[in-house]
Amino acid sequence: MTAPSIEYAALLPMIIVLGAGVVGVLVEAFVPRRPRHAVQVGIALLALVAALVQVVRLRDTEIIGAVGSVAIDGPALFLQGTLLVMAIISVMFFAERRIESGGNAFAPAASSLPGSEDERVLVRDRVLQTEIYPLTMFSVGGMMLFPAANDLLVMFIALEVLSLPLYLLCGMARRRRLLSQEAAMKYFLLGAFASGFFLFGAAFVYGYAGSLEFAAIDAALAARVGQEGLLLAGVGLMAVGLLFKIGAVPFHAWTPDVYQGAPSQVTAFMAACTKIAAFGAMLRLFYVAFGGIRTDWQPMLWAVAIITMVVGIVVALTQTDVKRMLAYSSIAHAGFILTALVAVDEVAIAAILFYLAAYGLTTLGAFAVVTLVRDAGGEATHLSKWAGLGKRSPLLAATFGLFLLALAGIPLTSGFVGKLTVFAAAFQGGAMPLVIVGVVTSAVAAFFYVRVIVLMFFSDPAPEGPTVAVPSAWTVVGIGAAVVATIVLGILPGPLLELAEQAAVFVR
Amino acid sequence: MNPTSYLVLATLLFTIGAAGVLLRRNALVAFMSVELMLNAANLAFVTFARMHGNLDGQIVAFFVMVIAAAEVVVGLAIIVMIFRTRRSASVDDASLLKL
Repeated sequence: MTAPSIEYAALLPMIIVLGAGVVGVLVEAFVPRRPRHAVQVGIALLALVAALVQVVRLRDTEIIGAVGSVAIDGPALFLQGTLLVMAIISVMFFAERRIESGGNAFAPAASSLPGSEDERVLVRDRVLQTEIYPLTMFSVGGMMLFPAANDLLVMFIALEVLSLPLYLLCGMARRRRLLSQEAAMKYFLLGAFASGFFLFGAAFVYGYAGSLEFAAIDAALAARVGQEGLLLAGVGLMAVGLLFKIGAVPFHAWTPDVYQGAPSQVTAFMAACTKIAAFGAMLRLFYVAFGGIRTDWQPMLWAVAIITMVVGIVVALTQTDVKRMLAYSSIAHAGFILTALVAVDEVAIAAILFYLAAYGLTTLGAFAVVTLVRDAGGEATHLSKWAGLGKRSPLLAATFGLFLLALAGIPLTSGFVGKLTVFAAAFQGGAMPLVIVGVVTSAVAAFFYVRVIVLMFFSDPAPEGPTVAVPSAWTVVGIGAAVVATIVLGILPGPLLELAEQAAVFVR
Repeated sequence: MNPTSYLVLATLLFTIGAAGVLLRRNALVAFMSVELMLNAANLAFVTFARMHGNLDGQIVAFFVMVIAAAEVVVGLAIIVMIFRTRRSASVDDASLLKL
């Protein structure tokens, strides 16, 4: 018997990132407290950049590696590259220390009781939370594996590897710790519930096809062996698990609570990266494994896409908290992306790849701006406090305004190009009703984004309003990158669109 | 032995687990129900492996056990943290995050 062959070069980006996570854990154990933060940030950034370089070097790879369980192809590499760019920016936000006067945005020790003597001592001694960096590395590693997974088992493992560290990260906020812990518990219980559905669905699909590999499942579908009911139940249950991670509507209940309760830097990371990874996995599962029965699952996703867009936008209109508003906006965006997903072709893949990159960078920037508007209790997220912000800090308000316009899909921003390509793909795929719902909800959405802009620029600032913190270079560079990407992808989307089109072929 | 009865049992366990998550108020009990769902999936995997005569399903069961253990570590950490803060593990008490 020969040993199985592993294509280490093709898997190297993931190995680097997960390895950095392991090294980070060792650093926690062996490096003294004082230099630890700098070491952790250095390791994290170095690993992410090295992985990104390796992804670029792999750009034309098309292999199914690790004995059929991992596919390294165009969509996987494009999404891994996108994820790494966003993870780099997220780590830069995590490393910000000026806003909290010497601390970072995380509780010095997540195990200390809120308001206890322990916590006071830790804050007084300026103890820095550094465990977030290895946790982030593990999560990013799982996210990179998720869209590359080519069998049911690896997909489930990747789902858990990306989720478990995120649950912990959500509960680590420095301020408002009760909210943060509550968010972590809600996210954990609902996330574990959803992954239970995913796994049970995977069991049914395996029962139908007799194999875990996507190619074999596809072959079994073509041959029509086994019981149809088993397969349909399996596809439905797996879809529940994935739609939960995406935040599509019947399974969106966690999104606003978790986005609001988690530290805003983590929310930024989660909102951008989880969505990218989950849509990548969903694309591969539904196109490569279940492409043969698309007429069976398309109606389900039609319905989900429509209610996701409508509910996301309508509920966003009534929100009074910036983070909750952005959360519902992210739900609506999941709906927009789903419109393209139901049109099974390469144009749709390219459109989704581009949309994810554009949306992710804008969202990162928007949540990072939220971290800067502060009052005595930490971040001032209530919308009424944002009134007149444009008069107090024009630059910050203009930046946030730009991100909102991009989320609304106004021309000359990346959001517009993204929406255009996604709706065009849906139109070509024959999903005209979806396009109509999408365009109408986008128009309604523009209303509440513009409402915030009007609030910032045309109303008088409250006398005891929030102050705008002056961040260090970490956050400035991160937000700057998001601004540049939002504008450049809006004016010159050609190169990235072309890259997405070249990448839009799954290896089977 | 008819493998179908194992599938019926697996589905039953999964349903009990799902109902438990939705109906029970204690975070620990809800979490145990999630574990029941994972174990139901394991039973289904092993049964299907037997029906198809290959080992893939049994391998999955091993991996799921390890993942469930990791999930316990993370989940109990979060629930204990909440309990120490609030002296309660009820999911109804944790309701600060609302409109």
